[in-house]
Amino acid sequence: MTWEVRFSGFGGQGIVRCALITGKALSMYDNKFATMTQSFGPEARGGACASQLVISESRVLYPYVTLPGVLVALSQDSYNTYEPKLRDGGVLIYEEDLVQPKEDTGRVQMYAAPVTRMAEEIGNRIFANLVTLGCFAAITKIVSAEAMKNALPGLVPDRFLAVNEKAFDRGYEYGLELLETRPLSIEEAP
Amino acid sequence: MRKTAADPKGVLSGAHFLDGDHAIAEGALAAGCRFFAGYPITPSTETAERFAERCPGVGGLFIQMEDEIASIAALVGAAWGGQKVMTVTSGPGLSLMMENLGLAVMTETPMVIADVQRAGPSTGLPTLPGQQDMMQVRWGSHGDYRIIALSPDSPQECFDLTVEAFNLSETYRVPVFIMTDETVGHMHEKVVIPPAEEIMVVARNLYDGPKEDYRPYRFTGKDVAPMVRAGDGYRFHITGLTHDERGYPALTPAQNVKVVTHLIEKIDSNADKIIRLEEEEVEGAEVLVVSYGITSRIVSRAVQLAREAGIRTGTLRLITVWPFAERRIRELAGQVRAIVVPEINYGQMVREVERCAAGQCRVVSVPHCGGAVHDPDVILGAIQEACQ
Amino acid sequence: MSTAFDEETFRAESPMAEFLRMERMPHIWCPGCGIGTVVNCFAEAVKKSGIDMDKLAVVSGIGCSGRVAGYVKLDSIHSTHGRAIPVATGLKLANPDLKVVVVSGDGDIVGIGGNHFIHAARRNMDIMVICINNFTYGMTGGQVTPTTPQTANASTTPYGNYEYPFSLPFLADACGATYVARWTSLHARNITKSIREGLSHKGFSFIEVIAPCTTLYQRRNRLGDGMDALAYYREEAEVDKEVDTRNVGIDFQGDITMGRFVRREKPTYLEAVNERYANVLGDEYQLYGMTTPEREEKERREAEARAKAQALVEDEEARLMAEDFGVDEEGLG
Repeated sequence: MTWEVRFSGFGGQGIVRCALITGKALSMYDNKFATMTQSFGPEARGGACASQLVISESRVLYPYVTLPGVLVALSQDSYNTYEPKLRDGGVLIYEEDLVQPKEDTGRVQMYAAPVTRMAEEIGNRIFANLVTLGCFAAITKIVSAEAMKNALPGLVPDRFLAVNEKAFDRGYEYGLELLETRPLSIEEAP
Repeated sequence: MRKTAADPKGVLSGAHFLDGDHAIAEGALAAGCRFFAGYPITPSTETAERFAERCPGVGGLFIQMEDEIASIAALVGAAWGGQKVMTVTSGPGLSLMMENLGLAVMTETPMVIADVQRAGPSTGLPTLPGQQDMMQVRWGSHGDYRIIALSPDSPQECFDLTVEAFNLSETYRVPVFIMTDETVGHMHEKVVIPPAEEIMVVARNLYDGPKEDYRPYRFTGKDVAPMVRAGDGYRFHITGLTHDERGYPALTPAQNVKVVTHLIEKIDSNADKIIRLEEEEVEGAEVLVVSYGITSRIVSRAVQLAREAGIRTGTLRLITVWPFAERRIRELAGQVRAIVVPEINYGQMVREVERCAAGQCRVVSVPHCGGAVHDPDVILGAIQEACQ
Repeated sequence: MSTAFDEETFRAESPMAEFLRMERMPHIWCPGCGIGTVVNCFAEAVKKSGIDMDKLAVVSGIGCSGRVAGYVKLDSIHSTHGRAIPVATGLKLANPDLKVVVVSGDGDIVGIGGNHFIHAARRNMDIMVICINNFTYGMTGGQVTPTTPQTANASTTPYGNYEYPFSLPFLADACGATYVARWTSLHARNITKSIREGLSHKGFSFIEVIAPCTTLYQRRNRLGDGMDALAYYREEAEVDKEVDTRNVGIDFQGDITMGRFVRREKPTYLEAVNERYANVLGDEYQLYGMTTPEREEKERREAEARAKAQALVEDEEARLMAEDFGVDEEGLG
């Protein structure tokens, strides 16, 4: 099965890092093939920002996402831009406090998480991306929690390793809780 | 040429999740490159940044020069100072390097230059992919000469081909280019760097005979003279002027015949040894798709679809783009109905394909003005049309 | 008795045979040209300095002065127009044991190569640059250069030059050069001494030599031949060791202020690199495989050699002064 995943938000939320960590986890510790691309230029340093992963059991040929099955949106802008490009039945994980979504028509499977607030509770909003990744891993099951943690050294500063793992775990728990209220339909979201 | 195992100091063995730019820097370090002079330019800068970060730990030196002209000029000096050298750039920087590329070619100075291509002309689309420098790299400096160019399609190949580029560069004393693009340069994938003992590198072929007998050149058209290092007492002279075997100016048309023929023949006569291609299902194919770099991966998807639609489609990937795979293309042109050539430019390498096909089959260009990769359906459409 | 010039004998018996590629003689320079004087001075300086000629390399650009690299019997690179300094930079950094000297002209070094000049000075790159300034592009037929004085006639300023020229010592000083001197080709002893000082100087040293282009600049401006140029230098060139480099510009046939204008100590590019990396990385840092103690030992030895060389220059100067041979010692004192 091939997954296409897009992380989006504004510059500074660690959007690129989300895809780097997930891509590294999948390709080095989960025995998958993952190709990561990102937006470059001034926007990656402040404006709307996106990073993408194509994930497969075999070598990825076409490196870009075409119709992603998963969208993580951490800002209103990125939600507005990318939600229409999320495939029908796809998984949308969005920042509950920063994104005001359209009415839920059932077109996509929506999961709201206050990741920034949760990160602040842990100590700093800069950990919001790891909380997000926790939610993402728990809800989609695309990547294992173990692989994600293995991928962290080198991609987060050593001195913040423990707190990043904590943020990931917090997000993962929250993701599992969300699944209890709204089970994921995998058939709908390849 | 003497091949030895890589110096473990520069080899970051193991599996990594790297982008193509970083993989190029790792390839250079693994190949024994310890001198890098460069100027920042999107989308190649990450290579320079990685080299700058890694070099003090492996005993290398990085210098950010004042421009690309200075960068390649510094490589000429540093190579004769005894180092394996590299720089990295993109279209506008490559244009600036052209004059001193000629100096490197003329003085037969080994160096590796990576061109992470973006869309042009001019400043164009700096953060988006192109394959528009394919002819510039081949013909951009004045005069007649040859270079070698390799085109990786993944970060893994960025590593592998950079090592190979250094080996070719030392073997033929010629600038060797890594012609990649923004997509491969910025795309992260798993890159496996083998243990140092499994990476074979060509050491600089240094002369060690009597000092007075040293000749920096021999114009055989087959091989190259050994080099020396400045400071070792050989008192060599090199010049961009037409020169004799001692390196002294010899400003006659007859001498230019010797020099130019040698510069061309040392590559052309070894083309079969240099050229690497990847072929798939070419036997019995109706249509052959010829591509290189990132476009090959887009082609793979289009070809899957074409085969599903019942078209016998073969592919040929140019891992070595220069020297061009003339002999093989000529052969295959006699076996297929059409050759389709998608590339992220307005049709550059397709001209070479047309030249080699020489009317034996249809040759269809699938141009793209740059800034993105092809839509696989467009390539599919060209394949379908070509076989009608 | 034949007085015909015999090239064979000349090659064999020339006192320059050690220093020049005699098989390449005769050279291309015109009668009265100042470049040969500078080459002679360079040879003399190298001989006197006792420097290991195997560790000395010369890089030139394009132009008449650019041909110097081809005549000296040293590791030498004749590069492209304006690019001698970055080539020299690469050579020096790849093999820090070398002393690398750039010899080229005004058009080459501060015209097309001006950007490299200012950055090498800024970095205090440990190379010596000798700029033979004849105010013209000689090889291409006498065009205006960035140093041509206003009103001077050149083939591309046939009605006289209207551009503001560079004053090279000021430019070098402002950009961070740590040794700056100017002489004319008449002042051979001073040039020689400056080159010796430059060879033992640590950092970017710049020596400008005002020299005649008899064939083009002199003739086009109706200034006579090489002897007339030397007469002009004798009349108008004066040493001023206290002068501020802001005030050493040269007007058409005007005063030429000479001297060693700048000599200061500052870490070189490579020293700055080494210091920074060694501070951050400690013993892990080994440039080209050399450990920090090895490098420090080498630096100490080099400093000693430099001090010895400088003492030698001063002793000799004192001796010459005692013999009253001095031309204008105060410029270097």
